[in-house]
Amino acid sequence: MDRVINGEAIIPGQASGVALASTEPVSFWGGYDQSSGEIIDRRHPLSGQIAAGRILVLPYTRGSSTSTAILLESVRAGVQPAGLVTDRADVFLALASVVAGEMYEKSFPMVAVSRDEFELIQTGDEVEILDDGSVRVSKK
Amino acid sequence: MGVFRGVGILQIHLSEFDRALLEGEEGAAAQMAMRILHRMLPVFGVDRFMDISAAHIDSTVYMGVATMEYAERLADLGAKVRVPSTLNVSGVDEHGWKEWDVPAEVAGNAIRQMKAYESMGCIPTWTCAPYQTEHAPVFGQQIAAGESNVIGYYNSVIGARTERYPDLLDICAAITGRVPAAGLHLDEGRKGTELLRLKDIPVALQEDDAFYPVLGHLLGRQASDGIPVVQGMEVQPNEDQLKAVCAGGASAGAIALFHIVGVTPEAPTVEDAFQGDEPPLVKDITMTEMMEAYHELSTSSGQKLDMVVLGSPHFSINEFKALAPLVAGRRSHEDVEFLVTCSRAVRMIAEHVGLLDPIREFGAKITVDTCPLTSPMLPERIKHLMTNSAKYAYYSPGLLNVDVTYGRLSDCVESAVSGSIEREEGLWTA
Repeated sequence: MDRVINGEAIIPGQASGVALASTEPVSFWGGYDQSSGEIIDRRHPLSGQIAAGRILVLPYTRGSSTSTAILLESVRAGVQPAGLVTDRADVFLALASVVAGEMYEKSFPMVAVSRDEFELIQTGDEVEILDDGSVRVSKK
Repeated sequence: MGVFRGVGILQIHLSEFDRALLEGEEGAAAQMAMRILHRMLPVFGVDRFMDISAAHIDSTVYMGVATMEYAERLADLGAKVRVPSTLNVSGVDEHGWKEWDVPAEVAGNAIRQMKAYESMGCIPTWTCAPYQTEHAPVFGQQIAAGESNVIGYYNSVIGARTERYPDLLDICAAITGRVPAAGLHLDEGRKGTELLRLKDIPVALQEDDAFYPVLGHLLGRQASDGIPVVQGMEVQPNEDQLKAVCAGGASAGAIALFHIVGVTPEAPTVEDAFQGDEPPLVKDITMTEMMEAYHELSTSSGQKLDMVVLGSPHFSINEFKALAPLVAGRRSHEDVEFLVTCSRAVRMIAEHVGLLDPIREFGAKITVDTCPLTSPMLPERIKHLMTNSAKYAYYSPGLLNVDVTYGRLSDCVESAVSGSIEREEGLWTA
């Protein structure tokens, strides 16, 4: 069953991959291993999962200002998520993509969708992010 | 506009100065900084920039080669800050890293990053408690601050105004003197979002230092990224206690501003905190919620102890004054490391008034410029930490792969002496 969600392109671009999804926000600092892409916040439901190359579906980032730097490091190491779906315009995540574009010409797309539609995307779904901010979801 | 804030819809209004920056008339570094800010403006959901008169730079934290390359790119392009800009912690204690297990390559890169930010004309405070230096801002001042506990303290305790600036963006704001005119910079962005009423929290607990990190943790858990308003505080917390609330709230949640009625400057009354509106949400906080938060701060239930860490945010002079008499004439257990992190300036003052002698004789080490969360300094054998800081407690398990026990300052000292975790928990079971 395919479904297309009309989101807003916070950072326009295209990406596709398998969703890694949680309604619980994550702090990338202390929560994301920048050399492997593993979620390492041991209090988080996605603890132990690898987000590299996945479409990471999180409402927003929590906590430290350093989350952006961690995500930038993960881009340099090649273990960043392929794209991000959030339920709001998250400044910390968007900035990592802007600076990754500025420094390494490797920005990644980020789309914000409504909370209801955000909750429809589950871990394991095939997700495709398109330039116009629409998100195609194929249930697993 | 709801949650999306209208990205891509807004017509952006730039000042002549903004345009000059964007066109490179103020140099290549200012152009790069404004280009990044300009891309980010719609993500903040607003259509224009405003001036700031100070900044606190958290981009100093060394996270790897990318953060160093970013700093050096700006420095090589000739970046200079336009407003007084204090520096947060770096990745190493510049002159003391060899005391610990910091890899030489990391130290070298982190020091290169430090030099890059110093070359931009920043004030080398190297601390995550800049509000306890002579460079603290004043009520109403417009600032760009990174570092979540600093953002919380500037907004909540001082009544200065800063949004939550991510690393890498704070320096762009400092170089240009401009930020998106958004959120917490504006009156309407500072209104409370929920009322938390303290109910039957014993005054004896409110008077105890150990209450405040737990209260901060609870605010983060309850209010997430909102603006909680706390009612029912029966004591006047001191600056170190409020600092602990900020650090706890910014670790367990994304609290950038909270109000405590009768305590913080924008909340003489509940009505003031909500700017005349009815609180959209009201919750009671009883000992049940406090106990839950207290227990959440520890991941260990055993007695094992390898290390005590104090000073997140960086220890103040008053915190050294509280620690010194607790350790005077005593010795930490030979198997337990004892570390206090603080700024260069606080260490110097503490040294000159004789506070550090009893602490060093106890067996403690003092690290400046950084902390174990931002510097790879701890030996492998360290697996069981104890701390009085909600921030150390929250982040240590993930960042350092250790288990952690939260306790008050005196518990930390007694445990260090005996070599196993001991906590006086009377107030928590009342």
